[in-house]
Amino acid sequence: MKSEIELITSEGKRLDGRGPEDIRKIKIEAGVLHRADGSCSLEWGGNKVLVAVYGPREAVPRHTQNPLRAIVQARYNMAAFSVEDRKRPGPDRRSVEISKVISEALEKVILTEQFPRATVNVEIEVLDAEAGTRCAGLTAAGVALIDAGIPMRDIPVACAAGKIGGQVVLDLGKEEDNFGDADLPVAISPRTGEVLLLQMDGHLTVDEFNQAFDLAVKGCHIVSEIQKKAIMHKYQAIAAEVQE
Amino acid sequence: MTIVPIIKRDYITNLAEQGKRMDGRIFDQYRKIEIQTKVVNKAEGSARVKIGNTQVLVGIKMGLGEPFPDTPNMGVLSTAAELVPLASPDFESGPPREDAIELARVVDRGVRESKVVDVEKLVITPGELVWLVFIDIHVLDYDGNLFDAASLGALAALSTTIVPAKRFEEQLPEGHKKEDFPLPMSEPPISCTAVKINDFVLFDACFDEEVIADARLTVATDHNGDIRAMQKGLSGSFTKEEIQKVIKGALDNGKEIRKTLKEATSS
Repeated sequence: MKSEIELITSEGKRLDGRGPEDIRKIKIEAGVLHRADGSCSLEWGGNKVLVAVYGPREAVPRHTQNPLRAIVQARYNMAAFSVEDRKRPGPDRRSVEISKVISEALEKVILTEQFPRATVNVEIEVLDAEAGTRCAGLTAAGVALIDAGIPMRDIPVACAAGKIGGQVVLDLGKEEDNFGDADLPVAISPRTGEVLLLQMDGHLTVDEFNQAFDLAVKGCHIVSEIQKKAIMHKYQAIAAEVQE
Repeated sequence: MTIVPIIKRDYITNLAEQGKRMDGRIFDQYRKIEIQTKVVNKAEGSARVKIGNTQVLVGIKMGLGEPFPDTPNMGVLSTAAELVPLASPDFESGPPREDAIELARVVDRGVRESKVVDVEKLVITPGELVWLVFIDIHVLDYDGNLFDAASLGALAALSTTIVPAKRFEEQLPEGHKKEDFPLPMSEPPISCTAVKINDFVLFDACFDEEVIADARLTVATDHNGDIRAMQKGLSGSFTKEEIQKVIKGALDNGKEIRKTLKEATSS
């Protein structure tokens, strides 16, 4: 019954009033936690994500150590109250998979060769979920890593595109994710355009894929600017404080 | 004990002998408390509590289910705490350990024994169908005194909880009210925790003070000034005079914290 709701009008207007290439409202703040080495709070539409970075520190147990470089351990975790029906606390198959693909994406940009035998822990807590939490988590992780002073080649950023009601659109919302035709989360290194994360579920033609991919990359660049502003904002605030 | 805590212990006790604390507070003074409610859209009720640098997020989820066989006329309360590794370099992921379980149980007892939630009003069909209330405590930043932050967070989140009757419409029996309604609550007791370091009793310990503390005492007091729950922790001991000092401090601080809680939940 619900699949018959019109996700997008023929004029390209979506359920929440956005056009096909509009992104939901994003708010990023760096350095929000006291104990963490670096942290970031991020709101993306109805998503609320908090990320803490610890490290580089010694990797334990020792058999996980790599003698040539640091390992990157991202952990994606959803709060029990972040979804409609309470989620049982602890890792499930979905969060283990997301943790893995995010770890691998971050590993590509972090200068891991500078820290043999160490680990960089990235703790991603989803406090409120509404479609696109992995992109929100990875984007927040990028800012938290900078806040922690971890040397990186670039600030990783993610954004999803998808297909709803036969049209390719940017940044799927909740109903669009549930009842849409396809979802394509993409993470890139914005300086070089290298793809760090790519997943797709649903159904797209090759043309549609190309269109959706380009749109997702475009979204990444928009989000990247917001990331940079959040980081600049933090350091400008510190600079102002020092000058006083 | 490694060397760093020994140095810190010297520093903190030297200060205490001069009547001072690391952050400039006096012994029975709390750090600044901030309470923000309705912070999670998906939760039926939620609150983010800051005590100094310590931050806790509590979310309430509700559902329908069977009551326990021995309490067919009561809704079900369930409390869980996660000390997620986000909050401290020393927390690890995995199933809840001792610390998380003690925290959840102390908060649970505070909510359950004080009857702050009127569970008898959460019954739909006695012995068959009742509302389940899940209190989930998510520690975000650990700088000491999780007990007070988590209890306060649970109370604030519960006070703003709306029972989602409309969403469960289809599962509710014929003739039962299907409009959302606020969770039935009564006046809550407030928990205050003090630690003992040598012979000094300090309220609302920060992380560095908590690490070296010999003993800990939590006292929950209600709006009439009566004691509603107590819990002693750690391997040190208290004298009777010290316990009385903690009770007095809990009453005085409890009054202020109750005011803060009321302001945060009344809007």
